[in-house]
Amino acid sequence: MNSLMGFFGRIGAATRGETADIGASARLFVQLFLRSGTALRRFRLTSDQVFFLGNRSLSIIGVSGLFVGFVLALQGYYTLQRYGSAEAVGLLVALSLVRELGPVVTALLFAGRAGTSLTAEIGLMKAGEQLTAMEMMAVDPVRRVLAPRFLGGIIAMPLLAAVFSAVGIIGGWLVAVPLIGIDAGAFWSQMQGGVDVWADVGNGFIKSLVFGITVTFVALLQGWTCKPTPEGVSQATTRTVVVSSLAVLGLDFMLTAMMFSI
Amino acid sequence: MTQHSQPISAAPPLIELRNVSCGYGGRTILEGVNLSLPRGQVLALIGTSGGGKTTLLRLLGRQIRPTKGEVLFDGQDLAPLNEQQLYAVRRRMGMLFQFGALFTDLSVFENVAFPLREHTNLPEAMIRDLVLMKLNAVGLRGARDLMPSEVSGGMARRVALARAIALDPEVVLYDEPFAGLDPISLGVAARLIRDLNDALGLTSVIVTHDLHETFAIADRVAMVANGRIVAQGTPAELQASDDPLVRQFVNAEHDGPVRFHQPAPPVGEDFGVGA
Repeated sequence: MNSLMGFFGRIGAATRGETADIGASARLFVQLFLRSGTALRRFRLTSDQVFFLGNRSLSIIGVSGLFVGFVLALQGYYTLQRYGSAEAVGLLVALSLVRELGPVVTALLFAGRAGTSLTAEIGLMKAGEQLTAMEMMAVDPVRRVLAPRFLGGIIAMPLLAAVFSAVGIIGGWLVAVPLIGIDAGAFWSQMQGGVDVWADVGNGFIKSLVFGITVTFVALLQGWTCKPTPEGVSQATTRTVVVSSLAVLGLDFMLTAMMFSI
Repeated sequence: MTQHSQPISAAPPLIELRNVSCGYGGRTILEGVNLSLPRGQVLALIGTSGGGKTTLLRLLGRQIRPTKGEVLFDGQDLAPLNEQQLYAVRRRMGMLFQFGALFTDLSVFENVAFPLREHTNLPEAMIRDLVLMKLNAVGLRGARDLMPSEVSGGMARRVALARAIALDPEVVLYDEPFAGLDPISLGVAARLIRDLNDALGLTSVIVTHDLHETFAIADRVAMVANGRIVAQGTPAELQASDDPLVRQFVNAEHDGPVRFHQPAPPVGEDFGVGA
């Protein structure tokens, strides 16, 4: 009887704990928007973060984009030449990147590069009592520290996704035109004719915006709620990558499904 | 500031705790604490680790709220304040954290400038002058361009002190300001706390274990143990106390009311010998 009660008690406690966590996360999410006034008024705070988050991720995004473009062109050519439409490889590369791979791969790389550094930064500030010190100075850390980083991440992600796609298309051209010998005019004109600004580029932009919100929020939340110890910070950093990557992949499926139905 | 013209005895205490209890997660940390501190004095809170000193300090800045009783700052109960009102009160307080809690991404200069930039619209030239004045007061005008990672523990705490007094607070709360300092830095820190208190008309609360330094600079000492204030008075009164707990603490005796051994089963039982 006692063990049964203990069992239900543990279920109850776990449910309550999870519900409280979800509530606290939702509260922080709303607060980040409500308290972004300082980050907008003193835009320097936000633009600094766009620079830190974006610039630090630029090299990994550029190199990855280039190689993804290479591979897309090779694999696309392999399939398309069977149907005698190898010239369409430019269109395939552009659509794959702009609609799907640009936003998704950028978000995954951004989680690993910028998200972890955000989590570690906030976690270490917490562990070093810097956030408490700020509160004791009558400065709200959500306004002063979290909100500028949140906005910075949201702005940086679509820019990085655009860089990823652009570099990827150049990579695709390098493989398809100089290497394989596809006609440059066909490569570019098929791409120009087949990529729609709203349906393709617009949807990709919306995805990268949603991923930017997701990854940055997860990173900030993990830092904000981590245990203020070295182990706590390192666990939070790992969780940032795991949680935000899974969230990005799940959201990507949902967004793609919704965009198909429109 | 008008209170200064009145005789000290008639002035209301700046900080007052009335029958304060506090605890987290069902565990009681403080119970029925009464304490009052007039303006201009240095109060030291001493006592064993885990006795509730730091909790007391946190109550004063309302980092936590009491479960019972009132914490008054300048006659105002802190518990019901909303965030805006609380921040207005905190602008009248400075707090020095145990390891300084300097912002690691900002230089020494920018750390001290931080509260000024956040709370005032002063022109850059005036911020510079104010920051250098505060840094000069702690003897670190020459360290302005260093990063927090480049200064020693004692210096970091002095920078943090300059930051804490940047907005000319009325109260400064010190959380273990002497922990881990070498004897020279320790003496410097203690002297600084007393001098700043008198020069700037502050009121100071120090949480500490360092009795020697504390007795030299404090006006009043309160000893906290087991969630209560077991003794308070001038340093001389505490040193002369015949309360066994105070005597054990002041004379650093290894056994007394605070036991050397954790409560445990009898020795004979644990080691399997007939006792």
